[in-house]
Amino acid sequence: MISELFFMNGYGYYVLSSFLFTLFCFLGLYIITKSQLTKEKNKFIVKFGELNSEQVKEAKKQKIYKEIIATETFSKI
Amino acid sequence: MKFIKNYQFSLVRKSQKIVLYLFLIILTLGLFEALILSPEDYLQGDSVRIMYVHVPSAWISLGIFSLMATLSILVIVFKNKIFFLIAKSLAPSGFIFSLVALVTGSIWGKPTWGTWWAWDARITSMLILCIFYLMYLIAWRIFESKDYVTKITSFIAILGFINIPIIKFSVDWWSTLHQPSSVNIFSETTIHSTMLIPLGIMTAAFALFSLLIFLMKYNTELIKIKNKGLDRL
Repeated sequence: MISELFFMNGYGYYVLSSFLFTLFCFLGLYIITKSQLTKEKNKFIVKFGELNSEQVKEAKKQKIYKEIIATETFSKI
Repeated sequence: MKFIKNYQFSLVRKSQKIVLYLFLIILTLGLFEALILSPEDYLQGDSVRIMYVHVPSAWISLGIFSLMATLSILVIVFKNKIFFLIAKSLAPSGFIFSLVALVTGSIWGKPTWGTWWAWDARITSMLILCIFYLMYLIAWRIFESKDYVTKITSFIAILGFINIPIIKFSVDWWSTLHQPSSVNIFSETTIHSTMLIPLGIMTAAFALFSLLIFLMKYNTELIKIKNKGLDRL
């Protein structure tokens, strides 16, 4: 049964290589996009940490700044 | 920047997790249907299973490029920066899908036509689409000026859009190795439901993946803008 599934009447090599190529492309794109997102988040955290108290007050007026910091701690994606 | 409302970041971040889980569930179901449950073709045998990755990839790459071209027109008409941000975030997944369509098509061509590649109208026009995606992505990397890069990328997307109907109708206009469409919206679909269902599921899975990448990329772009905002404080 399993050998039939992989052999596919002689087409297994073509079918499985197509599916594997697709999945590798998906995985590669996901990893690259995720690493870019993490890199930008980390850059933001460093920059935010360098602000003085006045600038932090000013920045925290915008909800989005707080959310970016929060997601750095909690987001698993 | 004023156009980025606070709720956008929160919404995009929360939806990423939901889309990821949905994608994984539907992909698992789609793979089970495509590799195990769906029947083999009477003529092509099991090689027809390549269709379940090849066709959705081609459809989605065409759809994304059409959307990018529409957004580029909107950028020019309304001068709204959010449209080019969306178009820019869509491009990477569109490129990957066009590449997958080309490579899996080539793999499918070997057992079906006896060749990995032919300068056929459909295949060549699909290669041109892939090149347009590549030019779009490279333009974002090489040009520094924001106004200039917006104009260049919009021009590439609009120019590349001319190629979309050529891809769609190439099998009708010219005598090609590539078969005509089996799934039609306005005329009868010539594919059996036992193959149409897995095709639909795989298309849904691939669409969810492109949505996931778009959301992650869009979030990255929002943080990039906020990083620049911090420099100005």
